[in-house]
Amino acid sequence: MSVSIFSLAWQSLMNRRVSAVLTVIAIALSVALFLGVEKARTAAKDGFDNTISGTELIVGAPSGQINLLLYSVFRLGNATAEISWPAYEEIANREDVAWTVPISLGDSHRGYRVLGTNLDYFEHYKYGQRQSLAIAEGMVFDDLFDAVIGAEIAKQLGYGIGTPLILTHGIGAPGLNDHDNRPFRVVGILRPTGTPVDQTIHVSLEAITAIHVGWETGTRSRFADSITEEMIRSLPSLTPRTITAVFVGLKNRATILRTRRDINTNMSEPMLAIIPGQALAELWQVMGTAERVLLAVSAFVIAVGLVSILTSILTSLNERRREMSILRAVGARPGHVFALLIVEAAVLGFVGAVLGALLIQLILAIAAPFLSLQYGIALMGTGPGLVDLYTIIAVTLAATVLGVWPAITALRRSLADGLTVRV
Amino acid sequence: MTEPIVRVSDLRFAWPGQPVLLDIDQFQLAAGERLFLRGPSGSGKSTFLGLIAGVLESVDGTVEVMGQNLIGLPGSRRDRIRADHLGVIFQMFNLVPYLSVVQNVALTCRFSKRRRAEAIRQGGIEAEAKRLLARLGLEDEGLRSRRVTELSVGQQQRVAAARALIGNPALIIADEPTSALDADARDRFIELLSDEATKTGAALLFVSHDGGLARLFDRAIDLEDLNRADQVEGALS
Repeated sequence: MSVSIFSLAWQSLMNRRVSAVLTVIAIALSVALFLGVEKARTAAKDGFDNTISGTELIVGAPSGQINLLLYSVFRLGNATAEISWPAYEEIANREDVAWTVPISLGDSHRGYRVLGTNLDYFEHYKYGQRQSLAIAEGMVFDDLFDAVIGAEIAKQLGYGIGTPLILTHGIGAPGLNDHDNRPFRVVGILRPTGTPVDQTIHVSLEAITAIHVGWETGTRSRFADSITEEMIRSLPSLTPRTITAVFVGLKNRATILRTRRDINTNMSEPMLAIIPGQALAELWQVMGTAERVLLAVSAFVIAVGLVSILTSILTSLNERRREMSILRAVGARPGHVFALLIVEAAVLGFVGAVLGALLIQLILAIAAPFLSLQYGIALMGTGPGLVDLYTIIAVTLAATVLGVWPAITALRRSLADGLTVRV
Repeated sequence: MTEPIVRVSDLRFAWPGQPVLLDIDQFQLAAGERLFLRGPSGSGKSTFLGLIAGVLESVDGTVEVMGQNLIGLPGSRRDRIRADHLGVIFQMFNLVPYLSVVQNVALTCRFSKRRRAEAIRQGGIEAEAKRLLARLGLEDEGLRSRRVTELSVGQQQRVAAARALIGNPALIIADEPTSALDADARDRFIELLSDEATKTGAALLFVSHDGGLARLFDRAIDLEDLNRADQVEGALS
């Protein structure tokens, strides 16, 4: 029975091809939209969670944990205060600390942030599944005015090894606040990471100090331009007096909470230590709301698509009364009539959902190179997966359940009609 | 004499909220018999056939088909008896528009194991469908491959007849199958149907308002003589 009803349902749908195809398109588009939103959400979250790994604590001046995370990891916003070099050393010399990477932010180049750090950065900073940064071309900085740039900067600005660059004080457009008498030189280009590192210019901490000689008040002093490179190079120490934040690795992960509490409460100056994973989760909760709203909207679009199945089958019922009484006459039980309509609804839902899932893969395949080239967005984890399977199953089930309505209508009518259609 | 295919006694039927339409004391149809049942439209012919086919349920009386009383029998049992033993031909629009000619003929075999087995025994479902079509004058392959909606009414009725006949049913019920045909086609259709029914041993219950056809059958009955109910609807139409 099941096979014969299925083939009947299929042939019936083929007979009403135009309406069936339109319904399937409606379902396919709505499912593609839903899966697209869901995949974008997952990719965003994955990319987000993979921004930093292997760092147990991030320490900065007291502000909020999201704020500290945003400026130290995502290069978003500005630090409201810094921590002193002695405070940094206090952390670095702690018993339980395995390594530290000091960072200093505040300058930029054509909109890209400049990060002052030391060579430990290239050893200890990890992203994704504990992947280290890798040099694609050139080498790490060595000289005072060497710079290592992220992959996206190299691509977007067309910079290569040896390209000179002028840093700008603050994050505004190039112009008045340029450190134009202290040109840097690109010595290394990093491999793409899909993280904000791709959009960062890395220089040494000493370089940050160097370009700010004469800028101690925050703006260019009258003497700034008269200080030569030689004079800077001959200064006894370029160790910064303050830094923006410190990435901290612990000897033993188990002490993470105790160490954090210690840094937050027992240091010579007030500091804030955060656990990156925890801060990321909190930040995602804030950002995730918008994504969830979008997901809900696209789920409603699927509901609209499902209603189109109902419309298409219900409107066909009148012209199909005859067909139902023929089927009854040749021995079809009421259950067969019921099953026929249910199966039609299920087939429409299933075919639509599968096409929708294929459509989104096609769109992603076309869009992926463009997205990674233009925006540096790597679409991770967007291939066909369980979410597609579950969506197809859910849509098919929902269509089947909706099919109960026309099925009951047809059943009632065919029972009342008997062998002759009384219209 | 063998057991009759159909035996009706003390049957009363009314559509909900309407006066009694059928009130039949006795009616019998013998195996292999070709019976003409005459009645004007609205006289309850189709309702009577619906009851015999087990599609409609009556409250009172006995409707025995193949020795089983349909009244009080669960719907699924009645559906099974219809699928296994009955062939039905309507006045028109007999065919499922989305199935091919041969698929329409074979449709019965989808719902009845007995009919399917019988058709296979006679050489396979498709072969048997084609043989019946050929017997009814539809041997042309080109004709058979057309969409059923493109066939003439006469051709459609013959496809319906082939469907009713496939798998050797015991009873063919025909409800005004010729009313849309011209006189020549009508007589030929009845002749073919009648011949085939005789060959397979099926009884034929042929219903029409056209009393002139009675001469083509073994026996003829007037529903109005059979039915004791007031012919309210008959007077209306």
